[in-house]
Amino acid sequence: MEKFTTHTGLVVPLDIANVDTDQIIPKQFLQKTERVGFGVHLFHDSRYLDHSGKEPNPEFILNVPAYQGASILLARENFGCGSSREHAPWALEEYGFKAVIAPSFADIFYGNCINIGLLPIKLSEDEIEQLFAQADGAKLNLTVDLPNSNVSFTNAKGEQIIFNFSLSKFQKYSLENGVDSVGWTLGKLEKIEAFEAKMPTWQ
Amino acid sequence: MSATHTSLTMYEKLWQNHLVEDVKDETPLLFVDRHLIHEVTSPQAFANLRFHNRPVRHPKRTIATMDHNISTRSIKIDAAGEGAANQLRALEKNCKDFGIELFGMGHKNQGIAHVMGPELGLTLPGTIIVCGDSHTATHGAFGALAFGIGTSEVEHVFATQTLRQNKAKTMKIEVKGHVGNGISAKDIILAIIGKTGSAGATGYVVEYCGEAIEALSMEERMTVCNMSIEFGAKAGLVAPDQTTFDYVEGKEYAPKGDVFEQAVSDWKQLKSDDDAVFDSVLTLEAKDIKAQVTWGTNPGQVISIDGCVPSPDSFNDPIEKESCVNALAYMDLTAGTKITDIHVNKVFIGSCTNSRIEDLRAAAGVVENYTAKGQSVQASVDAIVVPGSYRVKAQAENEGLDKIFSDAGFEWRLPGCSMCLGMNDDVLEAGDRCASTSNRNFEGRQGRGSRTHLVSPEMAAAAAITGHFVDLNS
Ligand code: SF4
Repeated sequence: MEKFTTHTGLVVPLDIANVDTDQIIPKQFLQKTERVGFGVHLFHDSRYLDHSGKEPNPEFILNVPAYQGASILLARENFGCGSSREHAPWALEEYGFKAVIAPSFADIFYGNCINIGLLPIKLSEDEIEQLFAQADGAKLNLTVDLPNSNVSFTNAKGEQIIFNFSLSKFQKYSLENGVDSVGWTLGKLEKIEAFEAKMPTWQ
Repeated sequence: MSATHTSLTMYEKLWQNHLVEDVKDETPLLFVDRHLIHEVTSPQAFANLRFHNRPVRHPKRTIATMDHNISTRSIKIDAAGEGAANQLRALEKNCKDFGIELFGMGHKNQGIAHVMGPELGLTLPGTIIVCGDSHTATHGAFGALAFGIGTSEVEHVFATQTLRQNKAKTMKIEVKGHVGNGISAKDIILAIIGKTGSAGATGYVVEYCGEAIEALSMEERMTVCNMSIEFGAKAGLVAPDQTTFDYVEGKEYAPKGDVFEQAVSDWKQLKSDDDAVFDSVLTLEAKDIKAQVTWGTNPGQVISIDGCVPSPDSFNDPIEKESCVNALAYMDLTAGTKITDIHVNKVFIGSCTNSRIEDLRAAAGVVENYTAKGQSVQASVDAIVVPGSYRVKAQAENEGLDKIFSDAGFEWRLPGCSMCLGMNDDVLEAGDRCASTSNRNFEGRQGRGSRTHLVSPEMAAAAAITGHFVDLNS
């Protein structure tokens, strides 16, 4: 996993609530056995007018010229609901997103993002509103500072605005250091063995 | 009770019983008893094991099945296309290389993971069960802490037999009294989701209780727990009781003899203490629950059979209002239309929510009522019945259910996930309107541009024959 410390990038506002994982990456693209090749299919049904994905839908926000190169996705409540497919964060990451900002995320999706190093940032409804107001039809560049757990930008009046977010210590440590979580747990093998030795027979 | 005793919910007990380590500044580490895998979410996890040269720590604790993208017309591995076949072959190879038992194409134990686990006794109360699939919550019906995980976590379980999880909040959902005639477990869970909204339990583990829940069979409890994820819950639980123990006893992989007795006595300790405190409580009266039909594009957009498609104006919350506008447009429905006036051209009876033997019996019962009056599946409707596993299929055929369905004009298919998500060729066309016993009515879930109405098996059967939704109680 790549390390994450700070990132500054363009925000693209996706003004839809309850975006589910079927929308993020439809099932027909889940048949790969590799970890790559999902980015082009991100939001397939909304992003393309045709089945084969050759005709971009000019109305869809990711296809709007002003938002090309965006690396921060601004979303609405309950983002990533639905299935456990990690292909959804893989697709977002491969498209070029480093962080997703929303007022709430579905649990499994949130965990999957952390596990691959795509930073999910929860902000209050009010802060999300302010970001939508800034990013709608305009270029909003945002800085994500993981060590200080905040995002910052300069608003239309030239003021520096900072919003804080929280993340558990371990998640933060893992993201900042690109920890191999399996390797980390394997370092605790004694603990696991001790637990196993005490388990009832039926278990 | 001593003054030092802390009351615990069932979730907290399961948590404590599985805690390997909980140290400051680290996410707690939990032991995983049972890991179910399938072809779609496992290949990249196996690839990483190979890359790091790591073995599967306890191959016997993992069981593999083929379910998501298999054909329901043929047991040939390549019958659902090359992409599917690639994944299925990769699973075969991975299971062989890592010593994992696999129920492959046509195996007598093959089935949808969440149908197969319980019927084989792989699903036990008091355990932690995970699978790279969000409907793992199904197994919570046994009083197991069961939840879906991503592929990185699948790899973590393979290598360590543990997972890191932050503790969830707890929610108690009590369904008081008894449901009316003909009201199924699917109606109960849809009514609950209608009340909470599709994200109402995000961050929570839900425990279902109350007379109406206790009265359910194991299969019905599975239907309820299955859809926990559809209102955001991490997992759903039902306290194990005699119904549970009777179901588990004698199953192929379940403990036997003295070990079973010991297990039951441990399982009896699992239920939430009487004075346990939940972070949130929701109460429903069972008698108020009617047959349910979803009208929108998330499972929370649901209404009783005697209702009408709602108008966006009936919602105060601006986001719900807008979701309603979008859903009506996608579903091509007009506010005020009676639910019983909605016509369908496709019917799907299947999925890990409603493809067990009791579901098929219930649907077949409705079909028989109509055939007795000389009615069969409408000419304008294509209806398929897909059993959840080969065991369910065999049982249904033993009972002659397949014949009831086929004689009435339904197609009787081979087991698999099928049209629940359409990774195989069981896909809806744009504009198709389907009465489906599955669990998700998301845009495009059953095929791009297709429209899904989630219902019970009874309602799906009635819709196939009449061509529209029916209030079976009126
Ligand atoms: S039947 Fe549907 S919900 Fe259940 S495991 Fe298969 S795809 Fe998932």
